[in-house]
This record gives sequence, structure tokens and C-alpha cells, in this order.
Amino acid sequence: MIEKSATEMAAALQSGELSSVDLTNAHLARIDEVDEKVKAFLHIDRDGALKQAEAVDARRKAGEKLSPLAGVPLALKDVMVQKGIPTTCGSKMLEGWRPPYDSTVVARLKAAGVIILGKTNMDEFAMGSSTENSAYFPTHNPWDLTRIPGGSGGGSSAALAAFEAPLAIGTDTGGSIRQPAAVTGTVGVKPTYGGVSRYGLVAFSSSLDQAGPCARTVLDAAYLHEVIGGYDPLDSTSINAPLPQLVTAAKNASVKGMKIGVIKELQGDGYQAGVLKLFNESLEELAKLGADIVEVSCPHFEYALAAYYLIAPSECSSNLARFDAMRYGIRTGEGSAEEVMNATRELGFGKEVKRRIILGTYALSSGYYDAYYGSAQKVRTLISRDFEQAFEKADVLVSPTAPTTAFKIGEKANDPIAMYLNDIATIPTNLAGVCGISIPSGLAQEDGLPAGFQIMAGAMKDDRLYQVGAALEAALLSKWGAPILSKAPKLGAK
Amino acid sequence: MSKISRADVANLARLARIDMSEDELEHLSSELSVILDAVARVQEVAGEDVPPTSHPLPMTNVFRADENRASLTPEEALSGAPAKEEQRFKVPKILGEE
Amino acid sequence: MSLTYEKLIDKYEPVLGLEVHVELGTKSKMFCGCSTVFGAEPNTQTCPVCLGLPGALPVVNAKAIEYTIAIGLALNCSIAPFSRFARKNYFYPDMPKNFQTSQYDEPICFGGYLDVKVDTEEGVKEFRIEIERVHMEEDTGKSLHMGGATGRIHGADYSLLDYNRAGIPLVEIVTKPVTGTGKYAPEVARAYVSELRDILRSLGVSDVKMEQGSLRCDANVSLRLIGAAKLGTRSETKNVNSLRSVERAVRSEMLRHAALLEKGERVVQQTRHFHEDTGDTTPGRSKEQAEDYRYFPEPDLVPVAPAKDWIEEIRATLPEKPSARRARLQEQWQVPDKEMAAMINADVLDQVEATVKLGADPTRARSWWLGEIARIANEKELPAPSLPITAKDVAEIVALISKGELTDKLARQVVEGIINGEGRPVEIIEKRGIKVVSDDSALMVAIEKAIAAQPDVAEKVRGGHIPAAGALIGAVMKETKGQADAAKVRELLLRHLGQA
Repeated sequence: MIEKSATEMAAALQSGELSSVDLTNAHLARIDEVDEKVKAFLHIDRDGALKQAEAVDARRKAGEKLSPLAGVPLALKDVMVQKGIPTTCGSKMLEGWRPPYDSTVVARLKAAGVIILGKTNMDEFAMGSSTENSAYFPTHNPWDLTRIPGGSGGGSSAALAAFEAPLAIGTDTGGSIRQPAAVTGTVGVKPTYGGVSRYGLVAFSSSLDQAGPCARTVLDAAYLHEVIGGYDPLDSTSINAPLPQLVTAAKNASVKGMKIGVIKELQGDGYQAGVLKLFNESLEELAKLGADIVEVSCPHFEYALAAYYLIAPSECSSNLARFDAMRYGIRTGEGSAEEVMNATRELGFGKEVKRRIILGTYALSSGYYDAYYGSAQKVRTLISRDFEQAFEKADVLVSPTAPTTAFKIGEKANDPIAMYLNDIATIPTNLAGVCGISIPSGLAQEDGLPAGFQIMAGAMKDDRLYQVGAALEAALLSKWGAPILSKAPKLGAK
Repeated sequence: MSKISRADVANLARLARIDMSEDELEHLSSELSVILDAVARVQEVAGEDVPPTSHPLPMTNVFRADENRASLTPEEALSGAPAKEEQRFKVPKILGEE
Repeated sequence: MSLTYEKLIDKYEPVLGLEVHVELGTKSKMFCGCSTVFGAEPNTQTCPVCLGLPGALPVVNAKAIEYTIAIGLALNCSIAPFSRFARKNYFYPDMPKNFQTSQYDEPICFGGYLDVKVDTEEGVKEFRIEIERVHMEEDTGKSLHMGGATGRIHGADYSLLDYNRAGIPLVEIVTKPVTGTGKYAPEVARAYVSELRDILRSLGVSDVKMEQGSLRCDANVSLRLIGAAKLGTRSETKNVNSLRSVERAVRSEMLRHAALLEKGERVVQQTRHFHEDTGDTTPGRSKEQAEDYRYFPEPDLVPVAPAKDWIEEIRATLPEKPSARRARLQEQWQVPDKEMAAMINADVLDQVEATVKLGADPTRARSWWLGEIARIANEKELPAPSLPITAKDVAEIVALISKGELTDKLARQVVEGIINGEGRPVEIIEKRGIKVVSDDSALMVAIEKAIAAQPDVAEKVRGGHIPAAGALIGAVMKETKGQADAAKVRELLLRHLGQA
């Protein structure tokens, strides 16, 4: 049962084949079985999850009309605030902190009866591409436990790939949902900026962050997206318009007559050969389905990484200022408030976080603002314009999600720039605020590890992601004969 | 090569309220110099005529009505406090001016 | 060698910069729905947003925008078609996010002015204060500094923080450098804050209580040699909690700067704290190296672009400007400038107007409020409007006097009674048995008695020496326990003695 899709599990719950308590217990047992190796979870809420499951079962028995995903378990990235449950953001700074409120995403999950199993591991404060920056421990890729699961949302994607949960929530600032999805053979979506509420999403880079659905299939992700997405009056950057019909789009998967734009600048040097091969094979599938493959150029994309590594650190240097040992979080050090603040922030933040705070402080400082932050904001405009004119030529744009498959834990830990390059294909989407999805494109020839196919669509056109994604997914499934995860090594005790 | 010196980093660490060791200051100084070099290329295309983007999607005038909403209880508000006294957050002596 | 004020003014000219913060009287905070009621138990009016909890996001209070636009319009400002919030980044425990959401290079209102009048030896002078900008920001929490001797931050062992106030909407009004005030700089500063306060009160956007902190003034002062082009170094004085303190603080800083400059020393750019008891300022943190606030546009909020219709709607509902109202009243009542200024200084203009509205003659109304009532207020060291006597009371008294049921002298007793809390005019007259004796026959009895007692004085009056009648009138007043109408007594007496 745990290897089924969320949609299939939901159907089983609805038909009475099994209860949510059974389903939840099955997943808790799986977590017990494999998480020692995978280490996807920072906190498992056994009692809470079972209580939620009982409640859903009772409501179903009483004949209440329930949301499609009611009773299905989910893993929540530890950057999302959940009332009364430890929320650490992968940092020592918030060790033991239990928020007094729920994020809007969590409130909607609860209202829909989705069972939150626990909080998943992540790069500290969402900064990283490998989950190695977690202050607690790294998460291991279920495909190869010596390798990274991607980041910053490696815990969520690993949990999916290890069948510890059929659904997960991630957040994506520069690729933190999509890149882990790519390297774990799962599906991850970064919604249009403003499409999912950020209220209760601990901010890393406010103008780039988005929470999004993670799952093993495109349809599952669509259902989850519809639960969490939509206008939130508590978030001023939330889009005040109805969500497009995502589940419908996923079900009507078709690319006939659609123009698929291949972004010239997002391939070539720096991309692993096997990854590119899979990308091109996927394009062939799309062509077979009746899509029109065209090449587009986004000439300013080569500046995207640089702009991102100025904007995100700048915003984070300000967002993380609140962690000062005065109102919540750990406190250490002696003497004055200033001394305690300084000591706590030194101890509580990891290397990457400190690096970005200092970089961001510099980029915003008087005398340097124009050259750095100011210029990066201009590059953002140019990248948005590149997307605009590309979307005039194509209905969706595509690229490999990440340049390589999963690398070994520790391999890039000491080379920040090499690490940053993991996001080279995903970052432009965040800068422009448009939407993107990663679906598995297959296993790379060189190493047998998963790679991802990224589809991007214009702002508020998230339905196209699901439409094209589902079509490609079906074609690849047909080609492979079985879902890609069936080829993953068996992790269980048996 | 844009150089960010150890003294620069020390100054930034002070602004950011992080107590860094000598080692850290040295390492960061070299790491950040490399990173800054890489990111400085944004200047190549950031012309005078290009407007900056602060918000990815063009929205204006998002307001709420002047109405009261339930606050947290003081217990909830203080629940994470490292120290508290008389229903207030207790903090070490503040050196700066008020 | 310290310079006298007169000598200072001969040599140096002051330049002022006034920054006034106003706490808006909205029901909810700037970015969240927490209550803004003053005086609540600590940390009972907080939420994830105003506490700056991880994950919390701000949403702008529409009323705060409306009030800020109203303030800008009342100050003759332009309303920016497009304005943005910005983060002002610095660390301080009373600021939950360790940045303040404020406005930087795109404030909502800019470029206005306020004309103020100052009463000088050379008559009433008018000064135009130019306004640089009016922008919105949020207030901080309140700290209690514990363990030290004075309750102030120096010498404290620790501090206790209450965030009820954090997030309350603040409007900051900043003037352009104010030049040309010369020796009247202190008075101009005071008049500016006073006029601003009146405008804000009339707009209904704040309760503007300086003592409670809903109106705060920071005074920037610098001196330069008369005729010099370059501005001198300025100091910023905070903790100026009353109109009188504004005036005193400016004057004190002018003297302090002059003393330093005369000694050939440099004025240090710093923040200073004003002390009510001594009238002096002491230094706070040196601002030689200005803090780098690393302003950048607030990513969690979208820009404000007020529709032209909305601005005009607000403009249409603006009340009459206090200065326009004063001009109108002055014209209506035909009052000389000095008296007008006196009423404003004594803060009784509203009361006089209300009294007139109830039917009293303007001159009579004025003479009561500026006379007896102001005198008692001074004695008690209280502001006249705070005394428990109302316009209705005064209007009644004036009416009673007109009807002849009270004399001025008796009326003063009634006023005293009202202020002592004995009740309303009619009640007091009843209780104290105040009655004008104007019954001719009763008066004649007293008059004849007085004449009998002082026959030689009566003779003088009969002889044409009218002033001598005063002694007889006095005797009659004494006899009638002051309840006789002195004018009537005089009339009857003189007639009786053949001099009417």
C-alpha cells in the first residue's frame, strides 16, 4: 500500500478498503523501518498523526463529505510553522521551539484532513542544495545512501522516494523543491509566486520563497496543490484570484499542438551527459505526442545565478535578524543583550547561513547597494523580460532540472560556488516569479541515478505544468513499463 | 579582484551581530572575495535604463480593514521566551541608547 | 565663558530640524489586527506578526493610510502616486524583527508647509515651516529597565519587554531645515509643534497626548555664524515631552552649542536626552559614525498607489484648518491679535467658541475664560481646559448676569464653586444663597443706614464730590454681604443725594 500513489490511497480510503489509522500506522512503521538509514525526519508526531487519522475516520464514518486527500499522510518540511510541534528550520537556533500558531498551509492541510506525520530535514533556513547544511544531520538519498537527496528540501523528497509518505510539502527559493525532486526521482512543483501563502513559512528570501507540493506522481501533486494554494488575506503578496484547475489539467494531460520552448542557455557545458540525454529523450516523447519543439533564447539567464546570490542573501540577512535570543530560540553567552545576541548568533547559525548573512549585509550596505543589490534587482527585470518574450514563442519552457545527478555527501561541501551551480536551471523561475515543475526523466546512463525534466509556465498558468507534466509522465511510464521508483534499491529490513 | 578584507568582514559581522572567531573572519574574507567576484557580473547588464524589480508580480494597494483580530494569550506570546518576568520578556542589560 | 542668549543671537543663527512622531488612533495595529488600546496588561495585545515570530507577515491597515494622507493634505503636501515600504535594519530588543518597516526614498507625502504665528516684542510674526516628508512606520515595544537607580537604561541590570505597543501605526513628519527664526527659534519650534498638534487633533487621527507618548518630538539644532552658508553640526534632542520642553530644549541646545563654539571646540553630532527637571540635555550615543540602516524595499509588502478619487474623498472630508478657524473667529468676534494669542496660549479657544455658540456674548465669554478661569488654572498649575467648568456653565453665568440675577462679583463665587465641584451654577446659587439684592426698597434701607453712619461723606457727595460716594457704596456692599448690585446701589445713592 505504501508504494501506491496518494490518489490510489485516497480511493482506498474512500472505498473503505482501509482506514486512515491503518494507513498512518503503515507509514509510521515504514519510517521506523528505514529512517535510521535515510534520516529524512527531524520530528515524528506519532500521537498527533494517529489522532488526526482517527478524527478523519470518524468523520468519514459519519457520512461527512471530505476533501479528496482526507486521511492521506504527508511529510512537512521543517521550515513550515506547525502549532505546538517542534519547528527548527534545520537550525540549532530554533532547537526546541514550538510555534504558538499554524502556518496557513498547515491550517489548510488540517482542514482538508491530510495527516501530518512529522517534520522533514532541510538545509538550515533553506540555504543549500544538498541538505548537508542541516545543523542536525544530513539526509541520505534512498537511491544511494552515500549520496545527497538534494536541497534545501532533501528530507521531503527522500521521504517520498523511501515511501515514508506519499505526499510532502517543500519550499522553493532557488530550486529547493525541484532539484531534490530531480535527484530522487520524484515530482516537485514551485507554484507561481503568490500562489501559495507564505504566512507561517519561515522566511529565507521573501521575494523568492514559495511553498509547493511534492509527490510521486503529477496527479498527486495537483491534488495537493489545490489543497494548499489560493488567496490568503494574511499574506500581502498572495494572488487574489482563483487557482487554475490543476487536477483537471493533470487529468486532461495532453500536449497536442502545444509549443514547447527549449531554453538554449540551460544546457550544454556544465550539464552531465546522461542528464542531457534523458532530457532530449523526453523531448522526443513530447514530440511524439504532438507537441511542437522550438528553441528559445533567454540571453540574460547567464546572470541569474549572480543575481540570486545577491538578492537572496540580502533578504535573508534582514529576515534572520529576528533571531537574537530575546523572544524565542536558544540563548547563550553572558553580559549585555548585545553580547548575548552576538554569542547566540555565532553558535546558533551554521557556516552557510553566516556566509550568506555577511554577504547580504555587504550587498545592502551604503556605498555598495547600487553595485550589488541594486544591480541584481535590475537583472531580475531582464530575466522577467526574457521569460516574457520566450512565452510569446512557446506555451511552456523546458530544461533539465539540475545539471547533475546526486553527488556524494561531502563532495561539494567545501566549494560553495560548485554547490551554488546546482540551482543554475531552477533559479531563473524564482527570480521572475513564474512557476515550474520537475518530473523524473529517467535514470542517467553513467550512474543509474535519477534526473529531472523541468517544465516552466508563465505566472498563474500553473495548470500548464500539470497538463504537460502528466502527459510526459504517462508517456515515460509507458516507455519504462513501471514507475521509476520501482527501480530504486529496496531499503526495507526484509 | 574585488577584495573584501578581514576588517571589512569584522565590520559586517558587527553590523550583523555575529561574534566571529579570527579563523572565521579570515576564511570568510577569502570565500566572499571569490563569491563577490562571481556575482559582480550583474553590473555588466544593469544599465541605467533598466528599472529594478522588487516584486515579481505587479501588485499594489493590498490593505486590510481597521478591525481587531484575536491576539495571542500572554502565555502563548511568551511561550518561547528564554527568560521572562512579570509577564514580560526578560533580556540582559541593553547597552545602546533608547 | 558662557554667552548670554542676547549675545548668542547677535553672532550666530540657529537652524532647526523638527521630527515629530504621531501614534495614529486606529483600532488595530499597522500590520496586524491586534488592539491598540493604551494601558493594557503587558503582552496581551500581541500576535505572530507584531511579535515578529518566524513566518509572520504584515498586511497594511487601510485606515492608517487614510489618516496619513489626511495629515499630508492638511500640511499642504503632495501625495505620492506611488510609494513603498522599506526595511530599516538595526538591532534593538524593543524591535521584534530587528528591522523597522518604514518608508525610505518613496514616502507617501512630501513637500508641504505649515505657517505658524509667534507673539514677539515686535508684534505677531508669521513663519513658514517647510515640510520635507510625511511617512508611515511602526512603533516599537516598551522596555522597563530594572535594577538601576533611575529606571533609565544606564546602570540597569536587565530589561523587561512589553510588545503591546510594537506595531502601532506611527506617522513621522519631518521638516526641511528651518532657517530665519533668529532669536525666536525656541518659540517657533514650540508654535510648530503646537499648531501641528491642533491640526492632528482636528483631523481626529490621534489623541496627540505628549505625556502619553502619542505625540513625540525630536528637536535638531545647529548654529552657524550669521551670514555663513554652511550648516553647523547638529545635535538631536529626544525625550521632549511637552510643548514647554520643546521651547526649553531648543534654547538650551542653542546656548550649549554657542558655549562650545566660543571656546573654539567642536560640536559633536550626537543624540541628547532632555531632562525636565533641569532644562538641560545630556549626551546619549555618539552619532559620529552614522548607523548604516541598509534600507531596501520591503519584499513582504506591495507598493501603495492611492487612487486620485480616494485622495479627493479624503480631502473633501478634511475639517477646517485650525488657523483658518482662528482667523474666522477673530474676524467674527473682532478680537485684536494679542488677545487671540492669549486665548491660544491659555488653550481656551475651543471653550470660548463653545460658550459663544450657547448664546453668550463673545467679549463676555472671553473675559471669563481668559480672566477668572485662567487665573484659577494658573494658581492650580493646571491647564484651563482640564478644570471641571464647562462652556455651558459659563454661558449660564453670562446669561444670569445679563438678567441681573448675578453681579460680576457674585459670579466669581459661582465659578469658584463650580471648580470646587459643588455642582452647576443654579445649584451653587441655591446652596450658597447667592442672590443679587436689587430690590430698591431693600437697598434703600441699607443706603440710608450707610448715610446715617457717615453723614460727613454724604455731605461731600451732596456737595458734588462724586468720588466720595465710593465709601458709602462700599458700606452698602458690606451691609448686603456683597449681594447688592453695586451699579444699582450707586444709582440709587446718587439720586438720593441729589446727584443723579
